[in-house]
Parts: sequence; structure tokens; C-alpha cells
Amino acid sequence: MTPYDADETPQPDLASPPGAPDRGAPAADGAPAAAGQTTGQTTGPAPVTPADAADAARLVSFGLQPKLLPARDADYGELLRRYRDDPAFARLADAVATGLGLVVLEVSTRAGMAVTAAEDSVFAVRMGDYARRASADSADRFLHGLAHLAVAALAFPRPEDLADDGYIGRITVNGVDAFVRQACRRLEERAEQQGENTDPATDAPGLESAWRIYARRSATGATKDARRLAGSTTGIIAKAVTFLVDSGFLQRTGDDAGGAYRTTARYQLQVRDMAGSAAMAELLDLGIVPVADGSASLLPGEDTDALDLVADAGLPFHSG
Amino acid sequence: MTFPAQGPAAPQLNGVNRPAPGPAADEGLARRLRALACTAPLHDLDARKANLAGEYGVYAMAEVALAVIDLVTLNMDFDTGADHEEIVAKVLPRVAAQTPGRPTAEHERVARWVLENLINVGSVDRGFRAVYGTFTTDGEYVRRDYDFKLIEEVPGAGGSVYLRATDEAVNVLVGALDTDVTSAQIAAEVKLEVLISRGRLADAQLAAEQARYRTVQYAETLRRTLDATRRNVRAVDWLETVPDMINEALDHVADRYRHENAILTNIRKARDEAEEPEHKRRAAELVDIVKDCIRRHTQLQSRLLEAGPLFRAEQDRQAFATPVARAGLDLYGQLVAPVLPLPVEQATRVTDAFFAHGTGLRTPAAVRVGDLVEVLLTPPVEREHLGAEMPEPDLVATPDDSRFSEAQLDAAMALLDLPPDAPRRLSGLLAEARRSDPELPYLVALLAVHAASPPVGTAYRQGEQQLLFAVDDGTELADPEFGGADLIVGTALLDAAGMAADRSEAA
Repeated sequence: MTPYDADETPQPDLASPPGAPDRGAPAADGAPAAAGQTTGQTTGPAPVTPADAADAARLVSFGLQPKLLPARDADYGELLRRYRDDPAFARLADAVATGLGLVVLEVSTRAGMAVTAAEDSVFAVRMGDYARRASADSADRFLHGLAHLAVAALAFPRPEDLADDGYIGRITVNGVDAFVRQACRRLEERAEQQGENTDPATDAPGLESAWRIYARRSATGATKDARRLAGSTTGIIAKAVTFLVDSGFLQRTGDDAGGAYRTTARYQLQVRDMAGSAAMAELLDLGIVPVADGSASLLPGEDTDALDLVADAGLPFHSG
Repeated sequence: MTFPAQGPAAPQLNGVNRPAPGPAADEGLARRLRALACTAPLHDLDARKANLAGEYGVYAMAEVALAVIDLVTLNMDFDTGADHEEIVAKVLPRVAAQTPGRPTAEHERVARWVLENLINVGSVDRGFRAVYGTFTTDGEYVRRDYDFKLIEEVPGAGGSVYLRATDEAVNVLVGALDTDVTSAQIAAEVKLEVLISRGRLADAQLAAEQARYRTVQYAETLRRTLDATRRNVRAVDWLETVPDMINEALDHVADRYRHENAILTNIRKARDEAEEPEHKRRAAELVDIVKDCIRRHTQLQSRLLEAGPLFRAEQDRQAFATPVARAGLDLYGQLVAPVLPLPVEQATRVTDAFFAHGTGLRTPAAVRVGDLVEVLLTPPVEREHLGAEMPEPDLVATPDDSRFSEAQLDAAMALLDLPPDAPRRLSGLLAEARRSDPELPYLVALLAVHAASPPVGTAYRQGEQQLLFAVDDGTELADPEFGGADLIVGTALLDAAGMAADRSEAA
């Protein structure tokens, strides 16, 4: 996230090579770009020209097409190089993005111009638009949100995976479902061991434990036209991953286990810099402070509090 | 579907006279209420059959439902479950037996109706809900929802959907599930052995079927555990718990395998020697069941053997990579795990925040009126139901590559049809064969060699009258084409009546 004050005037950049005549050359709109160059050459540090602004906006527009890869588009790649080499241009592009209601996560050749919607921006995705049932039914609303959280958690299972720029996560739809179900089952077993009665009170559905909502929704279901049952948990997860593919966050790799996907650099940035921290903030706001020392260790017996839930998963047989 | 509790007007016996029972006493009651609720969908079927359009009162729906649950449980495989169509097809004979005069389409409709109602297709959860009341620790009376499923649909390979009987359903079916899986199975099998040795096959079949239910449950428990291992290495204790578990399971498999093979041998004998067709059929069914148990154990074992290499590969990937300088957020440990136990109201706040910041952006669509008209006027694309046409397969007749013709076999059999009191030397038979056909000696030699180890057991069981045999008395064979012993080939007469008496005695 690059906090940027849009009102700030772009400062002439002394560090930029004054004799860089080919700076704006690859821009498609030739005539204004040529004008920009001339000005740049005569006065040294370049003031912003309409051509620069057009290029910056163009770079942002590339960023708005999340599935577009810089490696596939020469113009895109050229503009990214310019962003990297020319701080004045970089500030201009950042300002354009901020003005549109976008947050710049990273600008690099691997992720492209990774921008995301700021809160209340026109680009933001709203739950009501995402799934119609979600606005009416609180259980559905929760399940759709949880699906996204679970996909991320399974795509980056360890803190190191989320931090490592080179890491590519792989998930399948059925895998995500099984993973969440497993976690729910553990909570169920734990509640049983403690003799709790987790059946919710009839007149207070909001107090039902979250895991129960997931556990009692069926995983799949037969439909008349052999499509996935939209209200089932695999249907909800499939919707989430399909949506993430459209956001340029996942790439489909196969049809195994309900659909196999791998993550992109953008997804990692989005989860690491935006979603993870936002959800954490909300959780802390609820007074829950999950503790982790950040190094998930393979060695048994060294489980952190955060992993405690996984570790005492009570292995094999819960008989009697 | 919700089964409502009794209205608030229901009299409370524990009113003023008695204090409210403590939660401990109430817990057992709650458990029984939940167990009772599991049977409600079955009763409900019989109650609701009157509402179906048509004369469906004659069908015993609860019976069909129990049969369906039975079938689903038996067809639950290690990887997948039972197929919808398969279950419908298998339950049809029972439905048809209830009303033989009715058309098959109606039988099928009943079978489907029962299956769909057991899944409860109409509800979004595809499950059932029962309401019951308990007292809290403060003595307050609270109504609670109990959600359960009887048959659930699970994703199978290639996007297909399979059926599985839930634990609740198995409870309804088998009952008394609160026992140790292993010991219950051992008990069931010991019982089976005793039953077989006493020749009581009807009871034996019941016990064998129960043993198989146990086996299915056992496999299911293990599958869940192995799945967890596959997903997250650090989630399980690979120093002690898992190796212990795997060893235990392998021991179990080895033990059961030995045990069931012994049973199989016993029943096979019982099957082959049983005279009464009813006994024979039961024994044959039993053999199938035990074979199925053995197959499940073998499947289990191969899964167990995969676990070790999988762990090592995952460890290589996860533990021996270069550590990253900065520590990241532990999505599962710090977000998913704490969120799931929260009340759904609070949990939704967290998931909403994640959703709002984790879905990326969407460029708002701007519609031009011109495009809109075109889109609205485009006819919908027909979904192809049958897929592409299959090309006609090009069949080529396989050439008959048998070495000997039917006529040659007949000639050889005629040659070997020796009178029981006059055995012959192989050399003489070969010479005679060579005179009629130069290829024939090979076939005669082959049959003679086979006769050296005659199928006595088969002949005994099938009650044959005579048997071809060959004996080596040490004489060397002098023949231009063959070497070895000059066998004495002859026909032995068998005491068919005596053998039959023997067999019925054994049975």
C-alpha cells in the first residue's frame, strides 16, 4: 500500500537522467509524447505534460485489467519500466490511481500494476452484488466470506508461504471444503468432550457457533442439469475461486477435485497487505488476540497457541 | 423440514413440587431426544405419503427408507460413496415386491421420493432439524435446534455426486454405536466363526453384515485422518501419534486379513459342500461379504503405506526451504481457527472484512443501449444434453489362432477314452495319434501330462463318474518328438454314490 497525497505537486526529479529522450517514446500517442520530450529536453527536470498524465492513466488502466500479464503486452512492460526508472512518472501514476479510488499494492514486472479498490470506491466488490442470497440470509453471508478466507488460508498454509514472494500456492475446491470441514469437526469433537451442548437456542440464531453453520450445510448435491448446487459448500467455494480467477488472483490448472487452481503474485499481495490485516483488525476489535510467534515449526511439541487448535486435533479414533 | 417441539402448553411435571433437574440429568435426556429425532424423518415419510398425488398408501415407506440407508451404507467405498441411480435400481425390487401389480414407473417414483426425502432435497442445508428443550445450569428452560442429516451428498471424482450415510443414519440402522470400533468388530467376527462352525448360516450372515458395517466405519475414520495428514504436515504429530496410529492400523489390517481369510476358507468349504440350495446361497452371499471386507482392508493398507512417503515429501518442501526474513500472517492459526468458534454474528464481521479487502476490484460495467437491445434479443444457446455423436467403432474380427482345431480335440479325446480295465502306455498312444494326424501327438501328450495331476477335488465335488489319470512307473519314453517318462494313461472309475453320501454328511 502506498499512501499518497494526491494534492502534492509532483516535484521535478533531479535524479532522472536529463538526456533521456526515449523516455516517452513507446507511448502509443506519438504527437503529444514528442511534445513532452521537447519540453523535457529544454528545461531539464520535466514538468508534467498531458502526455505523461495519459501514460500514467494508461498504466493504471492496465492495472485495472487484472488478468493481463506484463510479459504478454509490450506497452504494459514498457510503462512498468518507466514507473520504476522515473520517480516523477511513478508519483503521477500513483496519484491517478489514488484519485480513482484505488490503492497501489505493488508495481513490478511480476505482478504488474497491482492495484485494488479502496473502501467505498466504485471498483469495490459488494457482498450483495456478489451473491444475492447473501444479503438476505446471514448464514449465506458468513459462508461466502468464510469461503474466501479459507481459500486464502489453504493457498498460503504457513506464514512463510505468505511472506515468500516466490511462493505459488495450489488449491482445489474439494480440498478447501474438506479442510474447513475438518476444522469444524475438531471443534465439534472438542465441544463434545467438554460436554457442551452446541445446539443453538431457537430464538437466537445469531449466537450459533460459526462452525456449526458450515458443518450443517451439505457439501454438494445433485441437481437436475448436473451443475454444482449453488447453495452447497463446494458450490460456494467454487463461486469464490471463479471470482478470484476473474480478479486475476488465481489461475485454473485442472479439473481435479472440483477444480484445481494456483495463486498469482497479486493474490499474495492482496491477502498479505489488505485482506489479512483488515480481518485481523476486526478480530482484535472483537477482543480476540490470536498469538503466533510467526515461525510455524514442523517439530511436534513446539506448537504455538495459534496452532494449538490444529495440533491437538486428536488423531485417530474417537471411540467412546 | 422442522419437527416442532410440543407446544408451550405441554404440562411440565417438574413445576412447583420438584426442583428443575440439573444439567447432568438433562444431558442424557437430550441425547435420547436427539436419537429419537433421527427416526422422525422415517416416520414422517409414512405420514406424508398420503399427500402424494396417487394411491401410495400401500407402500411401507419407512421400510423402503431403511433399505435405502442399508444400501448406501453397504455401498460406501473408501474413496467415494454410493451412486444415486445404483441405489434406486437396487431398492426397486423391494418396492416392487410391496405392490407387484403396479407399473415400474410408479415403483421408481416411490424409490426416488424416499431417497430424495432422506437427503431432504427441498431444504438449502439438505438436512433435518428437530427442536427440543433443555435446562441450563441456571435452571432456565431453553429450546434448542438439533440439525442432522441421514444421507449426505459428497463430491466424487470428476465432479460426480455420491451418497454417504451419516453417522446418525448408521446409528439408526445399527444402533449402539458408542462402542470401540475395533473390539466390536472382533466380537462380531468371533461370533461369526462360532456360528459357522455350528452351521447356523442365517445368523452368520447377519453377523457378517454387521462386521461389514463396522469395517466401513473403520475405513471412514482412517480416511479422514489421512486426509488431514495430507493437507497440513504440521497439523499432526509425526513423532509419535501418527506412526503409532499407522502401526496400529496396519496390525489391525494384518490381523483382520488373516482372520477373514480363515473365515473365507471355512465358508467356501461350507458353500461347496452344502447340499441344500438355501444353505448354498447363504454361504455364497457370506463369501461375497467377507471378500468385500478383505478388499476394503487391502485398500486401507495401501493408503497406510502411502502416508510415510507423503510426509517425507511434504517435509522436504516445507521444512528445508530457505527461511524467509520477515514473518507473515498465519492465516489459519490467526484467522480461520479463532473465527470458527465465534458466534456467527461476530464471525461474519471478520469474514466480511476479509471479503471486502480480499476480492480485488471489479470494473463497473457500463451498458450501451444498442448492446442491450442486441443482448436481449439474442436467443439463448441450447444446452446440448447428449454431447457429441459417438463415432461408429471400426471392428475387426480377431483371427482364430488356436493351435488345435475342435476336430483334433475330439480325435484326441476319443483316443484317450480308454476302458477302465485296460490302461495304455503314452508311447503307444502317441504312435497311434501320429498315424492319423502329425499334429495330434502334441495334443495327446499335453492331455496326458495334465492327467498326471488329475482334478480329483473338482471331480469329487461335481460327482463325476470317471477320471483320466496318468502314472509314471520310471520307464523312459522312446519317441522321435518327445522325451521324458513313458506314462501309463488310464481311466479310473469313481464311486459317485459314495461321494454324494460323504458330501451330505460333511454339510
